[in-house]
Amino acid sequence: MSVASEADAIRTSSVAKPRPRWSRNVSSKIAAIPMILTALVVFLGGTIWTVVYSFTNSKLLPRANFVGFDQYERLWSQNRWLVSIENLLYYGVMSLVFTVVMGFILAVLMDQKIRFEDTFRTIMLYPFALSFIVTGLVWQWILNPEFGIQGVVRDLGWTSFTFDPLNNPDTVLFGLLIAGLWQGTGFVMCLMLAGLRGIDEDIWKAARVDGIPTWKTYVMVIIPMMRPVFITTLVIVASGIIRLYDLVVAMTSGGPGGNASQVPAMYVYDYMFQAQNLGQGFAASTMMLLSVLIVLIPWAYLEFGGKKHG
Amino acid sequence: MKLSKMTALLAMSVAMPAMATELEVTHWWTSGGEAAAVAELAKAFDASGDKWVDGAIAGGGGTARPIMISRITGGDPMGATQFNHGQQALELVEAGLMLDLTDVAEANNWKGIVNPPSLLDACTVDGKIYCAPVNIHSPEWLWISNKVYEDLGIPVPTNWNEFVESAPKVREAGKLPLALGDQPWQSNLAFGAMQIAVAGLDAWKAVNVDKNMDVAAGEEYAKVFAAAAEARELAKGSAVQDWNQATNLVITDQAAGQIMGDWAQGEFQVAGEVAGKDYTCLLGLGLNEYISTGGDAFYFPKLDDPEKEAAQKRLAALLVSPEVQVAFNLKKGSLPIRGDIDMGAANDCMKKGLEVLAGGNIVPSGDMNWSPDVQKLNEDLMVEFWKSDMPAADAHAKWVENLKSGL
Repeated sequence: MSVASEADAIRTSSVAKPRPRWSRNVSSKIAAIPMILTALVVFLGGTIWTVVYSFTNSKLLPRANFVGFDQYERLWSQNRWLVSIENLLYYGVMSLVFTVVMGFILAVLMDQKIRFEDTFRTIMLYPFALSFIVTGLVWQWILNPEFGIQGVVRDLGWTSFTFDPLNNPDTVLFGLLIAGLWQGTGFVMCLMLAGLRGIDEDIWKAARVDGIPTWKTYVMVIIPMMRPVFITTLVIVASGIIRLYDLVVAMTSGGPGGNASQVPAMYVYDYMFQAQNLGQGFAASTMMLLSVLIVLIPWAYLEFGGKKHG
Repeated sequence: MKLSKMTALLAMSVAMPAMATELEVTHWWTSGGEAAAVAELAKAFDASGDKWVDGAIAGGGGTARPIMISRITGGDPMGATQFNHGQQALELVEAGLMLDLTDVAEANNWKGIVNPPSLLDACTVDGKIYCAPVNIHSPEWLWISNKVYEDLGIPVPTNWNEFVESAPKVREAGKLPLALGDQPWQSNLAFGAMQIAVAGLDAWKAVNVDKNMDVAAGEEYAKVFAAAAEARELAKGSAVQDWNQATNLVITDQAAGQIMGDWAQGEFQVAGEVAGKDYTCLLGLGLNEYISTGGDAFYFPKLDDPEKEAAQKRLAALLVSPEVQVAFNLKKGSLPIRGDIDMGAANDCMKKGLEVLAGGNIVPSGDMNWSPDVQKLNEDLMVEFWKSDMPAADAHAKWVENLKSGL
């Protein structure tokens, strides 16, 4: 407040003779310096440093011995890396589609002016308060064939019942997906609900006057109007998927069968720290950064570039 | 309760003589037997007038080493830390972050007593000694459940070939021929054991010591990969994660055998089984009786405090001393690093190891020959090979490529 009023005071006092651009709002500019420095040095500086050193043959300690694209060539010839990317693609597409669809449907149901809405919203959002490690451990137990769902159903009498997704290389990604959806859907629902609440009542009245069925109003009118919410949701969910790590570590540690649930972030960690090969780890993390940018840049363009989409 | 304990501890620490220097020692020995072995070290160090501050890191070497390394490179070094002797700490030594122990080694004649001498070579960089070896662990053992074979009415195999021949009968009886955990290092260990057993010493040395890549790509090693592909069939249906769960399958007679290091005998002991009666151990898979001399060593990061440096040197000397070696290794189930001490209390399998060690049938370990990077690449390859239907020739080609990246 005081900063703003001071700035106002400066502005009013200098109405007659406009001061040079740089000296306007001096105090707020000074106040922003720590934040700007942090952003430049820690985030941007760290990122650039990592990218630069991904072109070196650094082992345990970073060394500026440049080897061109060697680390990247090696990275893309590693079967484990390719499998990781494939796993992440499958998991990512399924996770993205299911969280957004389920989150939207839940939000629509929640938006029907139901009783105890607050209670339901809290219940749905609760899993989001848990870390992925806790989520992963909980679901590892629930999906455990001896103690989890399979065990309980067998104890009830269906002795041939089999539900063991985590120990089968073909189904392990679905096991991860179940836990991921349980954790993330509530959050998407809340974003969607906020979007739905932002739609003007008059739109609904107009649709009702024209006799348009409710489902059609949602699909043809509401969803297009909620475009910014959808884009924000997609970006948040997608960047979360790319850095998927703790859920896998807690549930399967990359197995079964060696690499049926390997993900890129695990490759980065293993090669940076276990294999003592920083260069290789940096190259892999640079590829991850690149994929995050591929998600972020179109979003930033839509959000900040083209004002008309606002 | 807690408060009174704390007060007591505080009183104790105040009452400690001013001479005592505290040293924090980090390691990844957290299982029952391992913790008991570490306690022996701590006891000996405390008795000598200094204070051992235990810094155990749970989760195994793969979890612990990154923490240790980042503490050393990040400017928060501990007093002493465990590594496997070999190349794991090589760069830290080269960067000048580790204390030179050459004077301790000379004062205590390490060159004369450490057996095999290759252990000390693994601690030596540019003629200076940087670590104190404490034990030897050999991975090339085949552990067999005698009961499985008694039930089948066939003699217990005495080598790998007989073991493979007997496998179909074991399968018919509804049992698993070979137990193998899911963790990547276990597949790599099994392959390492088969290397020296199947390819023989000469080929092994040519590849791992002289780094002859023609031999690595050659016929001898094609045989190893063929044998591993065979073993992979025997391990089908083994759905456990940790090595001790796999060992437990052998102990409970659900599986006929497991390829695992000598640390597995701790599990048999805890289960009350007797070597020769309940289980059989075949060194070098019963084909080539060689021990690879991997193991653990302590490194001492450079500290600014001269008092602490003196304490570090005292600890280094203590770790190699005869009394500590006997007490520690009996608890740990590993072989001592000096041949001049009495290990009369050892069990049959351990004695066999000591015998081979004394006979000089020893080879350097993977940690000494290859960088952690190459080992990780091979781990990734081996777990894929053992757990899928990857053709042996493809794995062989990829393996040679991995080795070449470390030349």
